Amino acid sequence: MCLECGCGLPGPTKINGNQEDGVNLPLAPQHSHTYTHSHEDEHDHPHRHVEVQQSILTANDRLAERNRGFFRALDLLVLNVLSSPGSGKTTFLQKTIELMGDSARCGVIVGDLETDNDARRLRTTGAPVVQISTGTLCHLDAEMVARAVEEVGPKTLDVLFIENVGNLVCPSGFDLGEDLRVVLLSVTEGEDKPLKYPPLFRFADIVVVTKVDLSAVCEFDRKTALDNIHLVNPKAQLFEVSAKTGDGMEAWRKYIVELHSQHNPKR
Amino acid sequence: MHEVGIMLSALDIAEQQAQAAGATKIHEIRLRVGQMSGVVPEALEHAFTVLKDGTMAEDASLMVDYVPAVCWCSACQREFESTGIFCICPDCKAPSGDVRRGRELEIVSLEVDE
Repeated sequence: MCLECGCGLPGPTKINGNQEDGVNLPLAPQHSHTYTHSHEDEHDHPHRHVEVQQSILTANDRLAERNRGFFRALDLLVLNVLSSPGSGKTTFLQKTIELMGDSARCGVIVGDLETDNDARRLRTTGAPVVQISTGTLCHLDAEMVARAVEEVGPKTLDVLFIENVGNLVCPSGFDLGEDLRVVLLSVTEGEDKPLKYPPLFRFADIVVVTKVDLSAVCEFDRKTALDNIHLVNPKAQLFEVSAKTGDGMEAWRKYIVELHSQHNPKR
Repeated sequence: MHEVGIMLSALDIAEQQAQAAGATKIHEIRLRVGQMSGVVPEALEHAFTVLKDGTMAEDASLMVDYVPAVCWCSACQREFESTGIFCICPDCKAPSGDVRRGRELEIVSLEVDE
């Protein structure tokens, strides 16, 4: 849909390889489609003012709120996980779910333009995983999540991770109905990523620096990176991890478990 | 970001609202766009010129009210207008993550035929 990031006209979105007609759509909206309008009336009329005062992303925002209500009703903690391609989202989630063990039942909705490679990797954890193939679309939106969520078995879960399409620009404007946004920055990307792509970092609730085992070889300047994150988003909760060595992962796991228990104080 | 998709949605809403008001033609669309909405104004205007053909707004002009980002400094207990892409308090120089205004992406109003 956007000229800026190279995504063309959106192709058919698939949920676990199925197109729209083949999947159960409990939260999906009824589409309303085009109407005809005539242009015959070319007379010079005086103008009339129509007050609108409406968000342009209303359609997505409303669906996101609907998703949020659905998730809350199920006491499901939902994290929207975002980063550029190759920052380690899938490995990070794989390790997170493995570490979680019995402390929280996790599920994943994962978005990519094509292939179900990430879903297959994530399924090795035993967690339910739904792949959304967006075709050419460079982000997930609330409608896709609404269409995918039933397939992941939300009633049996404590935590739902939504692994967004790898992209630091486009997903920023699209609320999915999540509780929190988690943005990953890998040490291989350089310290100034938060300055180059401020919108995504600015509205993150949590920033996770990944692949810290590669810090030395990448000559990663930790202080500068953390300062840059702080400059763009002083409120974000920070984690530094290596999913490969396990460094920092236990603190992250505890944090999620704690978040879930706050989210649902009954348990 | 998604200027083309956003403009498609904006035109959609504008046509629905104009139809609901019994109009057949839109002469002006007024938008409110915040500095931190992630939208590039030039790209939005370009998208409009490309997409309006064949819609009720094909002869319409686009007016955009840009809203500067306003942030809150908790240390100084004050609002301040952001001058660049970062929210740095002009008094204490501390960065702020509390964006109070500047994320708007809205259709304000239309001018339609009588």
